[in-house]
Amino acid sequence: MNRILVIAEHDGKKLNPATAKAVSCALAIGGEIDIAVFAADAAAVAGSAAKLKGVKRVLNIERAENAHQLAAALAPQIAKLAKDYTHLLAPSTTFGKDVLPRAAALLGVQQVSDIMKVVDAHTFERPMYAGNAIVTVKAPAMPCIVATVRTASWQACSEDGHAEITAAGTDAAIPQHTRFVELKADVSGRPDLQSAARVVSGGRGVGSKENFAVIYKFADKLGAAVGASRAAVDAGFVPNDLQVGQTGKIIAPELYVAVGISGAIQHLTGIKDARTIVAINKDPDAPIFQVADIGLVGDLFQILPELEQELDKL
Amino acid sequence: MKILVGIKRVVDFSVRVQVKKDGSGVNTDGVKLGINPFDEIALEEALRIRERGTQAEVVAVSIGPAEVQPQLRTALAMGADRAILVETGEVLQPLMVARVFHELVKRENADLVILGKQAIDDDSNQTGQMLAALWDRPQATFASKVELKDKTLMVTREVDAGLETIEIDLPAVITTDLRLNTPRFVKMPDIMKARSKPLQVLKLEELGVTAAPKLEVTSYAPPPQRVGGKKVEDVTALVATLRQRGIL
Ligand SMILES: Cc1cc2nc3c(=O)[nH]c(=O)nc-3n(C[C@H](O)[C@H](O)[C@H](O)COP(=O)(O)OP(=O)(O)OC[C@H]3O[C@@H](n4cnc5c(N)ncnc54)[C@H](O)[C@@H]3O)c2cc1C
Repeated sequence: MNRILVIAEHDGKKLNPATAKAVSCALAIGGEIDIAVFAADAAAVAGSAAKLKGVKRVLNIERAENAHQLAAALAPQIAKLAKDYTHLLAPSTTFGKDVLPRAAALLGVQQVSDIMKVVDAHTFERPMYAGNAIVTVKAPAMPCIVATVRTASWQACSEDGHAEITAAGTDAAIPQHTRFVELKADVSGRPDLQSAARVVSGGRGVGSKENFAVIYKFADKLGAAVGASRAAVDAGFVPNDLQVGQTGKIIAPELYVAVGISGAIQHLTGIKDARTIVAINKDPDAPIFQVADIGLVGDLFQILPELEQELDKL
Repeated sequence: MKILVGIKRVVDFSVRVQVKKDGSGVNTDGVKLGINPFDEIALEEALRIRERGTQAEVVAVSIGPAEVQPQLRTALAMGADRAILVETGEVLQPLMVARVFHELVKRENADLVILGKQAIDDDSNQTGQMLAALWDRPQATFASKVELKDKTLMVTREVDAGLETIEIDLPAVITTDLRLNTPRFVKMPDIMKARSKPLQVLKLEELGVTAAPKLEVTSYAPPPQRVGGKKVEDVTALVATLRQRGIL
């Protein structure tokens, strides 16, 4: 039988919703599922993890060194835990991408990145070339399978489970060569870009940091998270954590509104799984219109205020 | 100090890659190839560390067929001091690439390895982390700012939550994100100069690296196509369509 260990992603206080998506992938593989919570104090996070569907046990691995989720600290512990499992999974977020390959290398395992679909317990679909090719890969079963889960391909599992929570530990030596200094996190209070049902993104066409106020205003009206193209981030209009695309966040909202974004291959990679894409762009030939379900040609500075007025009428 | 930089030849970022009809791979015939954009950033960062006054030798490393030599020559023209080609006809997966780099790091006694966070062909995002694990040294992935202070590095990382700063001891591995720097353009005289810089060719077999386990790629398929292209006349029609779709 498969025994699957999912590495929980969290910020020390709350379980990140990406974890529930990785559990959905584990459910598709099938078998006994445990979740590992590495933290200085795991209580709050473990409580949420224990509710995830189909999870048998939540392992709390509490150590002072686990406070900041550093890959150098976590990977040796994950590698030790791996001996009891056939599969190790983590969400393909910057957390999972950082820590899991380090654990895989310690185990001598070639990792599978970004599982989109489970064909069988050893065979998976994953994207390459900015999502322009989907490859089917078969991973050797021994010693175990190590994989990250492409969160945009999976719905969060339900939260009706009752897993047992137990303390766990390893005798892994933790190196001192890597030290956490600080995290400058977004405190906008807006919905989280990676899990929001609605997202409004602005691109270079928005023109400036000041002009981005129109995007924020419109997003707030829709109750949407705010995203951006790389060009908008590079130009300093918005912080890096808003970047959507091949090298930013890959998202799958119900509604994606692209404003002043041309639709480069790398940007489209990040939004392919959105249910409905709306594009607002003054160039009728912008490539974004080829993928948009609803396109509107025009000046964003005229269209957005008009849209807000229409929404107010509803 | 010695800095190794990874240079991978990939299909150019502007090409929309097409899967072959028989599902055996992607079409690369006549397609524009170049240095992985993240690797250019890695090289640029190494050059800037040197230009800021640190005594450093910058070594560009590529693993691939003899045909990747032009990319190494470009790296030399950008300013790398010398280049190493680990020649192989095989397409190596990240764990094997990490093992090869680990062997080179030992041979070269490297202090710092800078790699791209991902290659835009296989999009794996693994090699730097794996090398750091095998080498038992720190990793600073997705770097957007690097400050060298004596024997430590302060690295700012682009993470989902925002910007994280970590301090790591050398030797170490850094993987680059897009906003770390903007790579320089190569100038004509530098291309001429690069011709006489050393480019060492090592056969993969000569390195004595144990072959790593591999994923077996069984098929390639094109992604499901989105059928977009519908436009509406005005804002009223846009709102009406969203309501029809049950979104508003
Ligand atoms: C390795 C690599 C990785 C990359 N990763 C990413 C990634 O993760 N995410 C990403 O987004 N990009 C990424 N890129 C960059 C990508 O190739 C494009 O350069 C970028 O997406 C362009 O951003 P944009 O659409 O905002 O800008 P532009 O392409 O400049 O488009 C701006 C658009 O705004 C429109 N516009 C201007 N003014 C107005 C107005 N008043 N009203 C309405 N419309 C207006 C214009 O018609 C135009 O279509 C990557 C590139 C590389 C090489």
